[in-house]
Amino acid sequence: MSYYFTILSPTDVPLFNIAFGTSKSGGDGIARFRFPDTAQYMNQFIIHSSLDMVEEAQWMNGNMYLKHIDTYPPASAYISAFLTPSGARFLLLHQPPHAAGPNANAGGGGGGGGIGGSSSILGGSFAAGSSAARASASSIAANPTSPQTEEAVRQFMAEVYENYVKTVMNPFYRQGMEIRSAVFRSRVTAAGRKWL
Amino acid sequence: MAQPPPRHATMLSLSNSNSNSNSHSNLSSTTTISTPQTQTHLPTPSQSSTGLRVPSNRKTIYDRHLNRSRNAELSRASFAFLFGEMVTYAQRRVTGIQDLERRLNEQGYPLGLRLLDLLFYRTVTGSSSSSALSSSSSTSASPPNRPLRILPLLHLIHGPLWRLLFTRPADALEHSVSPDTPNEYMITDNDPLVNTYISVPKEMSMLNCAAFVAGIIEGVCDGCGFEAKVTAHNQPTEMWPSRTIFLLRFGESVMEREKVLERAGVK
Repeated sequence: MSYYFTILSPTDVPLFNIAFGTSKSGGDGIARFRFPDTAQYMNQFIIHSSLDMVEEAQWMNGNMYLKHIDTYPPASAYISAFLTPSGARFLLLHQPPHAAGPNANAGGGGGGGGIGGSSSILGGSFAAGSSAARASASSIAANPTSPQTEEAVRQFMAEVYENYVKTVMNPFYRQGMEIRSAVFRSRVTAAGRKWL
Repeated sequence: MAQPPPRHATMLSLSNSNSNSNSHSNLSSTTTISTPQTQTHLPTPSQSSTGLRVPSNRKTIYDRHLNRSRNAELSRASFAFLFGEMVTYAQRRVTGIQDLERRLNEQGYPLGLRLLDLLFYRTVTGSSSSSALSSSSSTSASPPNRPLRILPLLHLIHGPLWRLLFTRPADALEHSVSPDTPNEYMITDNDPLVNTYISVPKEMSMLNCAAFVAGIIEGVCDGCGFEAKVTAHNQPTEMWPSRTIFLLRFGESVMEREKVLERAGVK
Protein backbone atom coordinates (compact mmCIF):
# COMPACT_ATOMS: atom_id res chain seq x y z
CA MET A 1 0.00 0.00 0.00
CA SER A 2 1.27 3.43 -0.90
CA TYR A 3 0.08 6.65 0.67
CA TYR A 4 0.08 10.29 -0.19
CA PHE A 5 -0.90 12.62 2.61
CA THR A 6 -1.54 16.32 2.34
CA ILE A 7 -2.77 19.16 4.55
CA LEU A 8 -4.70 21.98 2.92
CA SER A 9 -5.54 25.30 4.53
CA PRO A 10 -9.16 26.53 4.56
CA THR A 11 -8.30 28.58 1.48
CA ASP A 12 -6.92 25.52 -0.36
CA VAL A 13 -3.27 26.36 0.08
CA PRO A 14 -1.18 23.19 0.44
CA LEU A 15 0.55 23.38 3.82
CA PHE A 16 2.24 20.02 3.96
CA ASN A 17 2.57 16.86 1.90
CA ILE A 18 4.35 13.60 2.16
CA ALA A 19 4.39 10.28 0.31
CA PHE A 20 5.11 7.05 2.10
CA GLY A 21 4.49 3.34 1.90
CA THR A 22 3.15 0.83 4.34
CA SER A 23 5.29 -0.55 7.11
CA LYS A 24 2.91 -3.35 7.99
CA SER A 25 3.45 -6.95 6.91
CA GLY A 26 7.05 -6.49 5.93
CA GLY A 27 6.68 -3.21 4.05
CA ASP A 28 9.69 -0.93 4.09
CA GLY A 29 7.81 2.37 4.28
CA ILE A 30 8.72 3.47 0.78
CA ALA A 31 5.93 4.59 -1.53
CA ARG A 32 5.54 2.51 -4.69
CA PHE A 33 2.73 4.00 -6.67
CA ARG A 34 1.38 2.13 -9.67
CA PHE A 35 2.48 4.74 -12.13
CA PRO A 36 5.72 6.07 -10.69
CA ASP A 37 6.37 8.37 -13.65
CA THR A 38 3.23 10.37 -13.20
CA ALA A 39 2.52 9.74 -9.52
CA GLN A 40 4.03 12.97 -8.36
CA TYR A 41 1.53 15.23 -10.06
CA MET A 42 -1.31 12.77 -10.55
CA ASN A 43 -1.56 12.15 -6.81
CA GLN A 44 -1.91 15.84 -6.20
CA PHE A 45 -4.43 16.12 -8.98
CA ILE A 46 -6.54 13.24 -7.68
CA ILE A 47 -6.41 14.38 -4.10
CA HIS A 48 -7.35 17.96 -4.92
CA SER A 49 -10.20 16.87 -7.11
CA SER A 50 -11.78 15.24 -4.06
CA LEU A 51 -12.12 18.65 -2.42
CA ASP A 52 -15.56 19.09 -3.95
CA MET A 53 -16.73 15.96 -2.17
CA VAL A 54 -15.19 17.16 1.07
CA GLU A 55 -16.97 20.47 0.85
CA GLU A 56 -20.25 18.73 0.22
CA ALA A 57 -19.82 16.31 3.10
CA GLN A 58 -18.50 19.03 5.38
CA TRP A 59 -21.92 20.51 6.12
CA MET A 60 -23.87 17.28 6.26
CA ASN A 61 -21.67 15.52 8.76
CA GLY A 62 -20.31 17.09 11.91
CA ASN A 63 -17.59 14.54 12.54
CA MET A 64 -13.99 15.51 12.18
CA TYR A 65 -13.11 12.28 10.43
CA LEU A 66 -15.18 12.01 7.26
CA LYS A 67 -13.95 8.50 6.38
CA HIS A 68 -13.43 7.34 2.85
CA ILE A 69 -15.00 9.96 0.62
CA ASP A 70 -13.73 9.52 -2.89
CA THR A 71 -12.31 6.92 -5.24
CA TYR A 72 -10.45 7.36 -8.47
CA PRO A 73 -10.76 3.96 -10.19
CA PRO A 74 -8.19 4.35 -13.00
CA ALA A 75 -5.41 4.54 -10.42
CA SER A 76 -7.46 2.66 -7.80
CA ALA A 77 -6.79 5.54 -5.46
CA TYR A 78 -8.92 5.84 -2.34
CA ILE A 79 -9.16 9.13 -0.51
CA SER A 80 -9.98 9.64 3.15
CA ALA A 81 -10.55 13.03 4.69
CA PHE A 82 -10.29 14.61 8.11
CA LEU A 83 -11.43 18.13 8.91
CA THR A 84 -10.03 20.16 11.74
CA PRO A 85 -12.52 22.46 13.46
CA SER A 86 -10.60 25.48 12.21
CA GLY A 87 -11.12 24.41 8.61
CA ALA A 88 -7.85 22.74 7.63
CA ARG A 89 -8.28 19.60 5.54
CA PHE A 90 -6.20 16.45 5.99
CA LEU A 91 -6.44 14.27 2.91
CA LEU A 92 -4.95 10.81 2.60
CA LEU A 93 -4.72 9.03 -0.71
CA HIS A 94 -4.14 5.32 -0.43
CA GLN A 95 -3.45 2.93 -3.22
CA PRO A 96 -3.35 -0.81 -2.65
CA PRO A 97 -0.38 -2.61 -4.16
CA HIS A 98 -1.11 -4.46 -7.38
CA ALA A 99 0.94 -7.39 -6.14
CA ALA A 100 -1.91 -8.02 -3.76
CA GLY A 101 -4.36 -8.46 -6.37
CA PRO A 102 -6.03 -10.65 -8.87
CA ASN A 103 -9.12 -8.81 -7.64
CA ALA A 104 -7.47 -5.45 -8.24
CA ASN A 105 -6.55 -6.47 -11.78
CA ALA A 106 -10.09 -7.47 -12.52
CA GLY A 107 -11.31 -4.03 -11.53
CA GLY A 108 -8.88 -1.81 -13.34
CA GLY A 109 -8.56 -2.77 -16.98
CA GLY A 110 -7.10 0.62 -17.85
CA GLY A 111 -4.26 0.06 -15.45
CA GLY A 112 -2.94 -2.96 -17.29
CA GLY A 113 -0.28 -1.18 -19.30
CA GLY A 114 1.13 0.55 -16.29
CA ILE A 115 1.27 -2.58 -14.21
CA GLY A 116 3.55 -4.27 -16.68
CA GLY A 117 5.94 -1.37 -16.59
CA SER A 118 6.18 -0.96 -12.86
CA SER A 119 6.12 -4.58 -11.85
CA SER A 120 9.42 -5.05 -13.58
CA ILE A 121 10.90 -2.79 -10.94
CA LEU A 122 9.63 -5.09 -8.26
CA GLY A 123 10.09 -8.16 -10.41
CA GLY A 124 13.04 -9.52 -8.47
CA SER A 125 11.11 -9.81 -5.27
CA PHE A 126 7.80 -10.75 -6.79
CA ALA A 127 7.64 -14.20 -5.23
CA ALA A 128 8.40 -12.87 -1.80
CA GLY A 129 5.94 -10.04 -2.31
CA SER A 130 3.04 -12.29 -3.23
CA SER A 131 3.57 -14.51 -0.20
CA ALA A 132 3.54 -11.45 2.01
CA ALA A 133 0.37 -10.29 0.34
CA ARG A 134 -1.29 -13.61 0.99
CA ALA A 135 -0.33 -13.44 4.64
CA SER A 136 -1.87 -10.00 4.96
CA ALA A 137 -5.02 -10.69 3.00
CA SER A 138 -7.16 -9.52 5.91
CA SER A 139 -4.91 -6.59 6.83
CA ILE A 140 -5.14 -2.95 5.85
CA ALA A 141 -3.27 -3.23 2.58
CA ALA A 142 -5.59 -5.70 0.89
CA ASN A 143 -8.86 -3.94 1.43
CA PRO A 144 -8.92 -0.16 1.40
CA THR A 145 -12.57 0.22 2.39
CA SER A 146 -12.74 -2.30 5.23
CA PRO A 147 -13.61 -1.17 8.77
CA GLN A 148 -10.08 -2.04 9.88
CA THR A 149 -8.66 0.36 7.33
CA GLU A 150 -11.07 3.09 8.36
CA GLU A 151 -10.04 2.62 11.94
CA ALA A 152 -6.33 2.66 11.12
CA VAL A 153 -6.72 5.81 9.06
CA ARG A 154 -8.73 7.41 11.85
CA GLN A 155 -5.96 6.68 14.34
CA PHE A 156 -3.40 8.06 11.93
CA MET A 157 -5.41 11.23 11.40
CA ALA A 158 -5.91 11.69 15.14
CA GLU A 159 -2.20 11.46 15.72
CA VAL A 160 -1.42 13.91 12.94
CA TYR A 161 -4.11 16.22 14.33
CA GLU A 162 -2.39 16.25 17.71
CA ASN A 163 0.85 17.32 16.08
CA TYR A 164 -0.96 19.82 13.91
CA VAL A 165 -2.48 21.45 17.00
CA LYS A 166 1.00 21.69 18.46
CA THR A 167 2.17 23.40 15.30
CA VAL A 168 -0.75 25.80 15.35
CA MET A 169 -0.18 26.67 19.00
CA ASN A 170 3.34 27.80 18.14
CA PRO A 171 3.27 31.59 18.49
CA PHE A 172 5.49 31.95 15.44
CA TYR A 173 3.05 30.10 13.24
CA ARG A 174 0.34 32.04 11.48
CA GLN A 175 -2.61 30.37 9.86
CA GLY A 176 -2.01 29.50 6.24
CA MET A 177 1.74 29.18 6.60
CA GLU A 178 3.44 26.15 5.13
CA ILE A 179 4.51 23.66 7.78
CA ARG A 180 8.24 23.25 7.27
CA SER A 181 9.17 21.72 10.60
CA ALA A 182 11.37 18.67 10.21
CA VAL A 183 10.11 17.40 13.54
CA PHE A 184 6.53 17.56 12.31
CA ARG A 185 7.49 15.61 9.22
CA SER A 186 9.20 12.92 11.25
CA ARG A 187 6.18 12.75 13.54
CA VAL A 188 3.86 12.21 10.58
CA THR A 189 6.20 9.54 9.24
CA ALA A 190 6.19 7.85 12.64
CA ALA A 191 2.38 7.96 12.76
CA GLY A 192 2.29 6.38 9.31
CA ARG A 193 4.65 3.66 10.43
CA LYS A 194 2.57 3.00 13.50
CA TRP A 195 -0.90 2.82 11.99
CA LEU A 196 -0.71 2.30 8.24
CA MET B 1 25.14 51.70 9.59
CA ALA B 2 28.48 51.30 11.32
CA GLN B 3 27.37 48.22 13.19
CA PRO B 4 25.17 45.89 11.27
CA PRO B 5 22.52 44.13 13.29
CA PRO B 6 23.83 40.69 14.21
CA ARG B 7 20.80 38.79 12.94
CA HIS B 8 21.21 40.27 9.51
CA ALA B 9 24.83 39.27 9.52
CA THR B 10 24.17 35.64 10.35
CA MET B 11 21.54 35.47 7.68
CA LEU B 12 23.99 36.72 5.13
CA SER B 13 26.68 34.36 6.26
CA LEU B 14 24.30 31.46 6.00
CA SER B 15 23.29 32.36 2.51
CA ASN B 16 26.95 32.74 1.79
CA SER B 17 27.65 29.18 2.74
CA ASN B 18 24.91 27.99 0.45
CA SER B 19 25.79 29.82 -2.71
CA ASN B 20 29.13 31.49 -2.49
CA SER B 21 29.43 33.31 -5.77
CA ASN B 22 25.94 34.76 -5.85
CA SER B 23 25.72 36.37 -2.48
CA HIS B 24 29.26 37.66 -2.70
CA SER B 25 28.40 39.82 -5.63
CA ASN B 26 25.46 41.13 -3.62
CA LEU B 27 27.63 41.71 -0.60
CA SER B 28 30.08 43.86 -2.46
CA SER B 29 27.66 46.79 -2.37
CA THR B 30 27.18 46.65 1.41
CA THR B 31 30.75 47.01 2.47
CA THR B 32 29.99 47.18 6.17
CA ILE B 33 29.43 43.45 6.30
CA SER B 34 32.75 42.26 5.07
CA THR B 35 34.85 39.14 5.28
CA PRO B 36 35.53 39.15 9.03
CA GLN B 37 31.83 38.56 9.59
CA THR B 38 31.68 35.58 7.34
CA GLN B 39 34.83 34.16 8.81
CA THR B 40 33.60 34.36 12.37
CA HIS B 41 30.46 32.56 11.32
CA LEU B 42 32.19 29.88 9.36
CA PRO B 43 31.74 27.21 12.06
CA THR B 44 27.97 27.70 12.06
CA PRO B 45 27.11 26.08 8.72
CA SER B 46 28.40 22.74 9.93
CA GLN B 47 26.02 22.92 12.89
CA SER B 48 23.07 24.23 10.98
CA SER B 49 23.52 21.84 8.09
CA THR B 50 20.58 19.80 9.40
CA GLY B 51 18.52 22.97 9.22
CA LEU B 52 17.17 22.36 12.68
CA ARG B 53 18.12 23.92 15.95
CA VAL B 54 16.91 22.05 18.99
CA PRO B 55 16.81 23.53 22.48
CA SER B 56 19.53 22.39 24.86
CA ASN B 57 17.25 19.96 26.66
CA ARG B 58 16.44 18.37 23.27
CA LYS B 59 12.72 18.98 23.74
CA THR B 60 10.77 20.58 20.93
CA ILE B 61 7.18 21.78 21.17
CA TYR B 62 6.18 18.44 19.69
CA ASP B 63 7.49 16.63 22.75
CA ARG B 64 5.23 18.47 25.13
CA HIS B 65 1.82 17.23 25.93
CA LEU B 66 -1.00 19.58 25.02
CA ASN B 67 -2.97 18.77 28.14
CA ARG B 68 -0.05 19.58 30.41
CA SER B 69 -1.24 23.10 31.14
CA ARG B 70 -4.89 22.16 31.03
CA ASN B 71 -5.71 22.72 34.67
CA ALA B 72 -2.93 25.21 35.27
CA GLU B 73 -4.01 28.71 36.17
CA LEU B 74 -2.33 31.88 35.13
CA SER B 75 -1.42 34.62 37.53
CA ARG B 76 -4.09 37.29 37.30
CA ALA B 77 -1.56 40.02 38.03
CA SER B 78 0.73 39.02 35.19
CA PHE B 79 -2.22 38.77 32.86
CA ALA B 80 -3.34 42.27 33.87
CA PHE B 81 0.14 43.66 33.19
CA LEU B 82 0.42 41.88 29.89
CA PHE B 83 -3.00 42.93 28.72
CA GLY B 84 -2.38 46.51 29.81
CA GLU B 85 0.77 46.47 27.72
CA MET B 86 -1.14 45.05 24.75
CA VAL B 87 -3.64 47.89 24.94
CA THR B 88 -0.83 50.42 25.15
CA TYR B 89 0.81 48.83 22.14
CA ALA B 90 -2.42 48.94 20.17
CA GLN B 91 -2.96 52.54 21.17
CA ARG B 92 0.14 53.79 19.39
CA ARG B 93 -0.64 55.95 16.38
CA VAL B 94 -4.33 55.12 16.31
CA THR B 95 -6.76 57.57 14.79
CA GLY B 96 -9.63 56.98 17.15
CA ILE B 97 -11.49 54.62 19.41
CA GLN B 98 -12.78 52.52 16.53
CA ASP B 99 -9.28 52.11 15.20
CA LEU B 100 -8.05 51.06 18.62
CA GLU B 101 -10.83 48.52 18.98
CA ARG B 102 -10.08 47.20 15.51
CA ARG B 103 -6.46 46.64 16.51
CA LEU B 104 -7.44 44.84 19.69
CA ASN B 105 -9.81 42.74 17.63
CA GLU B 106 -6.99 41.84 15.25
CA GLN B 107 -4.83 40.77 18.16
CA GLY B 108 -7.51 38.42 19.38
CA TYR B 109 -8.43 36.91 16.01
CA PRO B 110 -5.47 34.52 15.56
CA LEU B 111 -5.91 33.45 19.14
CA GLY B 112 -9.47 32.37 18.40
CA LEU B 113 -8.35 30.18 15.52
CA ARG B 114 -5.83 28.45 17.75
CA LEU B 115 -8.13 28.01 20.71
CA LEU B 116 -10.66 26.32 18.49
CA ASP B 117 -8.25 23.54 17.57
CA LEU B 118 -6.98 23.26 21.12
CA LEU B 119 -10.49 23.10 22.51
CA PHE B 120 -11.46 20.24 20.24
CA TYR B 121 -8.25 18.41 20.88
CA ARG B 122 -8.80 18.64 24.62
CA THR B 123 -12.40 17.53 24.49
CA VAL B 124 -11.37 14.51 22.40
CA THR B 125 -8.51 13.38 24.56
CA GLY B 126 -9.66 14.66 27.93
CA SER B 127 -13.15 13.21 27.94
CA SER B 128 -12.00 10.27 30.03
CA SER B 129 -10.68 12.43 32.85
CA SER B 130 -13.32 14.04 35.01
CA SER B 131 -13.20 17.73 34.34
CA ALA B 132 -15.38 20.79 34.19
CA LEU B 133 -16.18 20.29 30.52
CA SER B 134 -19.76 19.14 30.57
CA SER B 135 -21.86 20.27 27.66
CA SER B 136 -19.91 19.03 24.65
CA SER B 137 -18.33 15.99 26.28
CA SER B 138 -21.49 14.66 27.84
CA THR B 139 -21.36 11.94 25.22
CA SER B 140 -17.92 11.03 26.39
CA ALA B 141 -17.34 8.14 24.02
CA SER B 142 -17.69 9.95 20.72
CA PRO B 143 -15.60 12.95 19.80
CA PRO B 144 -17.42 16.27 19.67
CA ASN B 145 -18.90 17.38 16.40
CA ARG B 146 -17.88 20.42 14.48
CA PRO B 147 -20.68 22.98 14.74
CA LEU B 148 -22.69 23.07 11.53
CA ARG B 149 -25.45 25.44 12.56
CA ILE B 150 -25.33 28.76 14.34
CA LEU B 151 -26.83 27.57 17.60
CA PRO B 152 -24.30 24.81 18.35
CA LEU B 153 -21.56 27.28 17.51
CA LEU B 154 -22.95 29.82 19.97
CA HIS B 155 -23.22 27.16 22.65
CA LEU B 156 -19.62 26.23 21.97
CA ILE B 157 -18.56 29.84 22.52
CA HIS B 158 -20.85 30.41 25.47
CA GLY B 159 -19.83 27.24 27.28
CA PRO B 160 -16.57 25.43 26.51
CA LEU B 161 -14.69 28.38 25.03
CA TRP B 162 -15.58 30.69 27.90
CA ARG B 163 -14.64 27.98 30.37
CA LEU B 164 -11.31 27.48 28.66
CA LEU B 165 -10.57 31.20 28.80
CA PHE B 166 -12.18 32.35 32.03
CA THR B 167 -13.03 29.10 33.87
CA ARG B 168 -16.75 29.91 33.86
CA PRO B 169 -19.46 30.06 31.20
CA ALA B 170 -20.68 33.37 29.83
CA ASP B 171 -23.69 34.90 31.52
CA ALA B 172 -26.25 35.11 28.75
CA LEU B 173 -26.88 34.19 25.16
CA GLU B 174 -29.59 36.04 23.25
CA HIS B 175 -31.00 36.32 19.78
CA SER B 176 -31.90 39.72 18.37
CA VAL B 177 -35.62 40.37 18.81
CA SER B 178 -35.78 42.80 15.90
CA PRO B 179 -37.12 41.16 12.71
CA ASP B 180 -34.77 43.32 10.62
CA THR B 181 -31.68 41.75 12.06
CA PRO B 182 -32.17 38.01 12.36
CA ASN B 183 -28.41 37.57 11.92
CA GLU B 184 -27.53 39.23 15.22
CA TYR B 185 -26.79 37.34 18.39
CA MET B 186 -25.56 38.60 21.72
CA ILE B 187 -23.35 37.01 24.32
CA THR B 188 -23.24 38.79 27.66
CA ASP B 189 -20.47 38.77 30.20
CA ASN B 190 -21.35 40.54 33.45
CA ASP B 191 -17.80 41.07 34.55
CA PRO B 192 -15.24 40.41 31.80
CA LEU B 193 -11.83 39.49 33.13
CA VAL B 194 -10.03 41.66 30.59
CA ASN B 195 -11.74 44.82 31.85
CA THR B 196 -11.25 44.16 35.55
CA TYR B 197 -8.11 46.24 35.83
CA ILE B 198 -8.80 48.72 33.08
CA SER B 199 -10.20 52.12 33.88
CA VAL B 200 -11.22 53.92 30.76
CA PRO B 201 -10.77 57.72 30.76
CA LYS B 202 -13.97 59.75 30.54
CA GLU B 203 -13.29 61.14 27.07
CA MET B 204 -12.99 57.59 25.72
CA SER B 205 -16.11 56.27 27.39
CA MET B 206 -17.11 54.40 24.23
CA LEU B 207 -14.01 52.25 24.37
CA ASN B 208 -14.32 48.69 25.53
CA CYS B 209 -11.08 46.74 25.70
CA ALA B 210 -13.04 43.52 25.53
CA ALA B 211 -12.74 44.13 21.78
CA PHE B 212 -9.84 41.74 22.22
CA VAL B 213 -12.23 39.02 23.36
CA ALA B 214 -14.55 39.96 20.50
CA GLY B 215 -11.60 39.26 18.20
CA ILE B 216 -11.19 35.83 19.76
CA ILE B 217 -14.87 35.09 19.17
CA GLU B 218 -14.55 36.28 15.60
CA GLY B 219 -11.61 33.94 15.08
CA VAL B 220 -13.62 31.02 16.41
CA CYS B 221 -16.60 31.82 14.17
CA ASP B 222 -14.43 32.26 11.12
CA GLY B 223 -12.51 29.10 11.83
CA CYS B 224 -15.72 27.11 11.93
CA GLY B 225 -16.74 28.62 8.60
CA PHE B 226 -19.19 31.18 9.96
CA GLU B 227 -18.23 34.54 8.60
CA ALA B 228 -19.05 37.08 11.31
CA LYS B 229 -18.29 40.51 12.66
CA VAL B 230 -18.06 40.68 16.42
CA THR B 231 -18.00 43.85 18.48
CA ALA B 232 -17.94 44.55 22.20
CA HIS B 233 -20.28 47.10 23.76
CA ASN B 234 -20.60 48.56 27.25
CA GLN B 235 -23.93 48.00 28.84
CA PRO B 236 -23.49 48.78 32.52
CA THR B 237 -26.17 48.00 35.07
CA GLU B 238 -26.21 49.03 38.68
CA MET B 239 -25.10 45.65 39.82
CA TRP B 240 -22.57 45.05 37.05
CA PRO B 241 -20.77 48.28 36.10
CA SER B 242 -18.53 46.61 33.54
CA ARG B 243 -21.17 44.42 31.92
CA THR B 244 -20.23 43.82 28.29
CA ILE B 245 -22.28 42.60 25.38
CA PHE B 246 -20.61 40.87 22.48
CA LEU B 247 -22.63 41.45 19.36
CA LEU B 248 -22.20 38.77 16.69
CA ARG B 249 -23.33 39.75 13.22
CA PHE B 250 -23.24 36.80 10.85
CA GLY B 251 -22.73 37.35 7.14
CA GLU B 252 -25.34 36.73 4.47
CA SER B 253 -23.65 33.58 3.20
CA VAL B 254 -24.00 32.07 6.66
CA MET B 255 -27.70 32.91 6.87
CA GLU B 256 -28.33 31.41 3.45
CA ARG B 257 -26.54 28.22 4.36
CA GLU B 258 -28.44 28.14 7.63
CA LYS B 259 -31.71 28.04 5.67
CA VAL B 260 -30.48 25.28 3.39
CA LEU B 261 -29.28 23.18 6.29
CA GLU B 262 -32.52 23.70 8.16
CA ARG B 263 -34.43 22.36 5.18
CA ALA B 264 -32.04 19.40 4.95
CA GLY B 265 -32.66 18.67 8.62
CA VAL B 266 -29.05 19.07 9.72
CA LYS B 267 -28.67 19.95 13.37
